[in-house]
Amino acid sequence: MPFIPHTEEETQQMLETIGVSDIEALFDEIPPALRCGLLKEIPEGLSEMEIGQLMAARAKQDGQATCFIGAGAYDHHIPAAVWQIAGRGEFYTAYTPYQAEASQGTLQLLYEFQSMMTALTGMDISNASLYDGASALAEAVLMAVRANRQSKSRRILLPRSLHPTYRKVVKALVGNQGLELIELPFNPESGRTDLSALEPFTGEDIAALVIPQPNFFGVLEEVDQLTNWAHENKALAVGVVNPVACSILTPPGEWGEKGADICCGDGQPLGAPLSSGGPYFGFLCCRDKLVRQMPGRIIGRTVDKEGETGYTLTLQAREQHIRRSKATSNICTNQGLMAAVATIHMALLGAEGLERVALACHANTQQLSEKLAAIKGVEKVFSGETFHETVLKLPASSKAVLRALANHQLLGGNDLSDDYPELGNALLVCATEKRTDAEIERYASKLARILSGADDVLCQLHPKD
Amino acid sequence: MSETPAELKYSKEHEWVRQEGDNVVTIGISDHAQEQLGDLVFVELPEVGSLLESGAECAVVESVKAASDIYMPVSGEVIAVNEELADTPENINDAPYSDGWIFKVKLSDSSELDGLMDADGYNAFVAEDR
Amino acid sequence: MLIYEQSRSGRRATAQAPLTRAAVCAIPDRFRRKKAAALPEVSELQTVRHYTRLSQKNFSIDTQFYPLGSCTMKYNPRGAHAFASLPEFLGRHPLAPESGSQGFLACLYDLQQMLKQITGMQAVSLTPSAGAQGEFAGVAMIRAYHEANNDDARQEILVPDAAHGTNPASAVMCGYKVREIATGPDGDMDIDALKAALGPQTAGIMLTNPSTVGVFEQKIRKIADLTHKAGGLLYYDGANLNAILGKVRPGDMGFDVIHINLHKTFATPHGGGGPGSGPVGVSKRLEPFLPIPLVGKDESSYRWLNEEERPLSIGRMSAFAGNAGILLRAYIYAMMLGREGIVRVADYATLNANYMLKRLQEAGFEAAYPERRASHEFIITLKKQAKAHGISTMDIAKRLLDYGVHAPTTYFPLLVPECLLIEPTETETRQELDRFIEAMIAIRNEVEHTPDLVKDAPHTLPVKRLDDVRAARELDLRWQPEE
Repeated sequence: MPFIPHTEEETQQMLETIGVSDIEALFDEIPPALRCGLLKEIPEGLSEMEIGQLMAARAKQDGQATCFIGAGAYDHHIPAAVWQIAGRGEFYTAYTPYQAEASQGTLQLLYEFQSMMTALTGMDISNASLYDGASALAEAVLMAVRANRQSKSRRILLPRSLHPTYRKVVKALVGNQGLELIELPFNPESGRTDLSALEPFTGEDIAALVIPQPNFFGVLEEVDQLTNWAHENKALAVGVVNPVACSILTPPGEWGEKGADICCGDGQPLGAPLSSGGPYFGFLCCRDKLVRQMPGRIIGRTVDKEGETGYTLTLQAREQHIRRSKATSNICTNQGLMAAVATIHMALLGAEGLERVALACHANTQQLSEKLAAIKGVEKVFSGETFHETVLKLPASSKAVLRALANHQLLGGNDLSDDYPELGNALLVCATEKRTDAEIERYASKLARILSGADDVLCQLHPKD
Repeated sequence: MSETPAELKYSKEHEWVRQEGDNVVTIGISDHAQEQLGDLVFVELPEVGSLLESGAECAVVESVKAASDIYMPVSGEVIAVNEELADTPENINDAPYSDGWIFKVKLSDSSELDGLMDADGYNAFVAEDR
Repeated sequence: MLIYEQSRSGRRATAQAPLTRAAVCAIPDRFRRKKAAALPEVSELQTVRHYTRLSQKNFSIDTQFYPLGSCTMKYNPRGAHAFASLPEFLGRHPLAPESGSQGFLACLYDLQQMLKQITGMQAVSLTPSAGAQGEFAGVAMIRAYHEANNDDARQEILVPDAAHGTNPASAVMCGYKVREIATGPDGDMDIDALKAALGPQTAGIMLTNPSTVGVFEQKIRKIADLTHKAGGLLYYDGANLNAILGKVRPGDMGFDVIHINLHKTFATPHGGGGPGSGPVGVSKRLEPFLPIPLVGKDESSYRWLNEEERPLSIGRMSAFAGNAGILLRAYIYAMMLGREGIVRVADYATLNANYMLKRLQEAGFEAAYPERRASHEFIITLKKQAKAHGISTMDIAKRLLDYGVHAPTTYFPLLVPECLLIEPTETETRQELDRFIEAMIAIRNEVEHTPDLVKDAPHTLPVKRLDDVRAARELDLRWQPEE
């Protein structure tokens, strides 16, 4: 009986105290007809050693391929200290800090997190995390609709250059609240959203314009123009940013004349391992005046009864446990531990360390894209400047090429042919600071070999595959 | 024991209404209501110029552990709000019937005032509530 | 002291910054940041020491008894953390091909199967990131179901007045109106109130069973029949699943959709506020609407089920597949429990709760529902103490911290005045429970003889009672450099 400490004798004594003969008697209020009996299809319990062996075998089966995929999850170095500290039981096994006096560690850390996120994004306020970048954008959009009192339309402009899954998640999460999501086309040459795409909406009632920086293709959007357009048209500007990129790019708080009103994104690049997509965390930042529309936990600094500094959850009247059906969101549990991870990560790297990571990623991806584009038939798709991802067009089925690369333990990028059929056989590739020259070289030589037909998978390379 | 000034009218939602003449009334929440809510930390005020029906949600008062809607006790147009409450919501705790006023309304139908309670009626209502 | 206050301009944790590469930066100036972000400039040792010290200011399961009602703060097995953190699992990109992900997908598939068994539902999706997102997904499926039947009149979700705040909030996020149903004096739902509320406008009802007042809703079949007859569906909030694991299944009670809090029932850590994980299970009729991705199995290989296979899905809840690392931990835990262990969880969680309830009653504390059996948690009300001595439940909660115990849940559910909701979980020893009871008795003596000691608590923690009114009135939400 894993993790149950009772001895036979103790169990008997406790039953006597309660005044029942056996444990089964404690379930006498459950109608007998509803009882399920032993769940035979569930396996017998394993010891720690046995489950360890099973998990090790399954892990080994998956191997550790070299990763050139980005698309919202990035293979960055994580300082050893980050998880050694975040994994301490006092952080790892604590609950949401409702009892502030018994949670000063988590609370102060989250206050530092809020401070660091606002510094990085140039915004005034940060909450203490949401689930992930995609759901954070859904919350940002709902927040914009609540906050924009000048707009009655509930119309949101979402660029097609925004992460396709983010668009799907926003639709799934806000679709039942009568919001209208309008897709903006991107310029097929540059890969960015032109002002001309906004032209049809000039003077219209729009609640918010979403601005990704960099966008899904890795291309840098003209954020100043887009932000100004939003404000001229009484729409809120909602940035979707990569926190590592924020260390070298103009932060959303400084976009255009007035800066973005809200910004969000996925915090994964700040210390969260790839881990099959989670846990990561979403961040959400805003201007001072929007703070009461912010969903999620917020930590405030205050004093105790003796005047000493302390930290506590604040503005809780926005939240579901108090406001119930009128809350800003239903979110309760967030991704606290991942915010802790990000805080320790940012403290260790500092602004300069993050900048170096960002520049190394940028340089590696430049190098990768040059090497790959030198292969016959491979072309860079967009002319717009990029951060640490770029789109390449292949002369053969991108799906088949990725399969062939995977046989060489190379994850060659993210196939775009389903989400962007207009781009043909396109791949989104990324080389973070972790990718070595040798790995980049190996990718280029394998790709050249596969495309030249020398690789034995050639016969599978049908363009329509 | 909370105060209930005799010259005011009261609603079942614990708002007080003071007639200012010229079909204008001032509205706030009762001493009893502020006691129940505890230290207020924020007041969301209605927009000046909005036309609201009796019973409509028009403002929110928040304490640390609760948030409470304020409902229009009468129908009419909001003609003024107490901007000072943005910085000093505690005025409602300290002086619910004076500095803690929340907004003023130009009545659409002054006969609606007859539907409100007087101080004795309100005291009886609160006692029953307990 | 904040990490910022230890910062000195020019200090670095140099081991952590990659060398700048010679390659040129091709990003034009108009996109570049003009001024570095104000992050602290500290050494690696400073950082390690600072956050290690901060950790020591927390209560946690690893250091304290944490009987927080409705939160199931049980031991988080270290093995689950260790094996979910194998480098292949941590390093797997979410978009890696299925061919190189069979080990990972097998774990998720097996977890889906086990959760189906445990809940008695037809199908499970693991993707919701936490309980509230599971609730959202569940209610969104109810909505999709009615819409698929062109039953557009159903615009109302019923919730008990004692429900978690997430229930009404989730229903509203799905575009529904919320109507509350009263709880009867015995803690069960008031059936007459339910009958009066049900109608052609009813989309569904959200219930927790055992309920939020810590008792098993005995009329659950009746509630299910009435709701189904009215054309509504039943939603099960899995917050209290620990109480009935392997004893009775939501599917058999008549529920159409359920969410499970893996960070409660399946022992994954709460991390100071998450990550959680909130898989959803459904009956046959809701299966087409499950959020994607799901994990499917053909012959011997596993694959993702996406939009193509699931055209009626309510869609995606997160950019990838939810909190995968948490799912692995839950899988490992469930595999360690096995079929026999799963039942014992409910056995001993219930034994511990009833033992504590009985002992507290014997010591003179007042149970909110004295005629009822406790489930895995129970409520005591301190209204007598409050009235006689002007002491609030919050004061007693804070004083418990001085005794080295995390306070139970306070003031929830709202319908019981001055209440403590106490959930010991199955992983605590009898000695730990006895220590709590002795602390409660000692505090009651203090309330009678030295009430100020209780009103001023806590006395032994890193800070004294915090001024949360000031925190809300004078917002200070970030450190800022001095200009």
